[in-house]
Amino acid sequence: MGSTQDTVDDLIKAGYEHGFVINIEQDTIPPGLDEDIIRRISAKKGEPEWMLEYRLKAYRHWLTMEPPRWAHLGLPEIDFQAISYYSAPKRRGEGPKSLDEVDPELIEAYNKLGIPLEEQKALAGVAVDAVLDSVSVATTFREKLAEAGVIFCSMSEAIREYPELVQKYLGSVVPHTDNYFACLNAAVFSDGTFVYIPEGVKCPMELSTYFRINEARTGQFERTLIVAEAGSQVSYLEGCTAPMRDENQLHAAVVELVAMEDAYIKYSTVQNWYPGDEQGRGGILNFVTKRGLCKGARSRISWTQVETGSAITWKYPSCILKGDDSVGEFYSVAVTRGRQQADTGTKMIHIGRNTRSTIVSKGISAGHGQNTYRGLVRMAARAENARNHSQCDSLLIGDKCGAHTFPYIEVRNPTAQVEHEATTSKLSEDQLFYCRSRGLSEEDAVSMLVNGFCKEVFQELPMEFAVEAQKLLNLTLEGAVG
Amino acid sequence: MTETKTPMLSIRNLHATVDGKEVLRGIDLDVGRGEVHAIMGPNGSGKSTLSYVLAGREGYEVTAGEILFEGRNLLEMDPEERAAAGIFLGFQYPVELPGVNNMTFLREAINAVRRARGEAEMDAVTFMKKVKAAAKQVGLKDTLLKRNVNVGFSGGEKKRNEILQMAMLEPKLAILDETDSGLDIDALRVIAEGVNALRSPERSFILITHYQRLLEYIVPDRVHVLAQGRILRSGDKALALELEEKGYGWLLGEEAVA
Repeated sequence: MGSTQDTVDDLIKAGYEHGFVINIEQDTIPPGLDEDIIRRISAKKGEPEWMLEYRLKAYRHWLTMEPPRWAHLGLPEIDFQAISYYSAPKRRGEGPKSLDEVDPELIEAYNKLGIPLEEQKALAGVAVDAVLDSVSVATTFREKLAEAGVIFCSMSEAIREYPELVQKYLGSVVPHTDNYFACLNAAVFSDGTFVYIPEGVKCPMELSTYFRINEARTGQFERTLIVAEAGSQVSYLEGCTAPMRDENQLHAAVVELVAMEDAYIKYSTVQNWYPGDEQGRGGILNFVTKRGLCKGARSRISWTQVETGSAITWKYPSCILKGDDSVGEFYSVAVTRGRQQADTGTKMIHIGRNTRSTIVSKGISAGHGQNTYRGLVRMAARAENARNHSQCDSLLIGDKCGAHTFPYIEVRNPTAQVEHEATTSKLSEDQLFYCRSRGLSEEDAVSMLVNGFCKEVFQELPMEFAVEAQKLLNLTLEGAVG
Repeated sequence: MTETKTPMLSIRNLHATVDGKEVLRGIDLDVGRGEVHAIMGPNGSGKSTLSYVLAGREGYEVTAGEILFEGRNLLEMDPEERAAAGIFLGFQYPVELPGVNNMTFLREAINAVRRARGEAEMDAVTFMKKVKAAAKQVGLKDTLLKRNVNVGFSGGEKKRNEILQMAMLEPKLAILDETDSGLDIDALRVIAEGVNALRSPERSFILITHYQRLLEYIVPDRVHVLAQGRILRSGDKALALELEEKGYGWLLGEEAVA
């Protein structure tokens, strides 16, 4: 007979599907970090002088900073000199102009990950930017997007082709001085995605970036910048995986969103970095700064994240609600199992009048996983009639895991309203037995209960990805029962 | 016809432990097809343990004896296999399933059982008709069908929901564990009517109860007294009335002497 203890054990041990290594020749800068390395990264990318200056300024500032210690995380010491800050697949000449020039090995590898780069095979209506280690290897559907005036390209290319836009917005939402990891990113970031939606344009396709860390001992430091001009709309999705390796690997990304008047940016993440093994060996250390600026009136930014991977997750996708009547949303499912730790949540900074924000956070802990929600809701003095509603629910599976909630609320305007609801529940033997006594298998019962718990968040994902996220969650939490 | 003479459920010399403590100490019980058996007894006598052992709950370890259900060895089956075979347990304390819609749950359960039996899934129209009719029968408000399973239900609503599940799953053997506890007389009557409506020559019931009250509405074929892990006495419905009058003390005394 399958037992609940077995299920719980399987939850802890469920395998990682994307753990293979892509065999491809890489051009890697040796480990270490100093001004010389930064100059080499910048030179490899053929960057203009202003970009190098920005990096060096950030690096010099970073040297004065300390890693953050306030999170509810057992952080390993990171030796920043042991990491390689640049690794790219070797390419012939200038780099691929079209998919025909992309290494077939890479296309094959992305197929294996379920991300076909050939446009005719792609998920209908989704354009992909594929980032491997430090560089973007392919971007699909560019011509089609260009017809609508949408710019969708790698950050390296944007720095070369659209320097005025990049200079205007890069670091405008997350300045290089913001925090330790964002500052490091500003110094060493190697690639990422740039999206620009012109005024009044509704982006005709879902945009997505697929991040893959491949090379050992490298870090991935990508930078994403999305600018939505007045009255425009875009939905963007990112996915991430990495091979199974014994050592930790660092991922320190920065994402900046800017929404002008009446613009709407929907940003969804399905994060499935390698979480490390049962003993907590290896896995990605995921330190990410994501922030959106609702600059114009009635603008709206919506973050949806499904976080199932990484040994450590430290991220707080936030909204600065500057424009009057602007709207910020954060929907999150974070799963920790094995020895995974997550300290994640959001910041909703209400500055404009009648600004509204919604926070829905669902934390699932299994095995020895530790799951923390940390969120800040700030109502500034000007934020007349601002409203926030937060809901933080934690689900515990087994008796060795933990769930923690740290809500911070600061209200400086007497007309503002803030609501916070929190629940903690346990997926219990009672519930599983109840379902089984009605004929459901243990796996179906777990999946039904966990999906029920996450329903409100999955509803927010674009349709194709909601199905994927549900599958991923089942895969993460199931394993072979019985 | 020999088949009708073979009991549907046959329990022989059943011993079971919970947390290493022996709770069932040699139960013998036959339940024939279409029969209604009531099991009564004082608190801590092993009534709920018997129901959990029949449904296959973990942590209830059978140390000796056997249980045959329609000739199959029940003890080798997982809880979901027992459900598919036609066993239903109505819980004394129905469990809340947050985030799981009541209707979805019913449908998943029915189809899981049907798949296990190699039958086609129930189509949406048939399901809706059945569920509406069953809800009306047990007096469960339509709005509760749309809510999450048992979440925020009153005690009476939870018990009605159990009977609703039973009506939908159409088991061969329904074990109702103190379904009457915590119900007012009107709720009790509605639930009893629900059970009576499901009585058939093909369906058997085991009613576990403290009080004779339920048996005024659901008249049993047999009444058994379970105490100290054994069936001390069996009889017809008159036994229930005798217990109501005299309590359990005299039976326990008899046991001590024997």
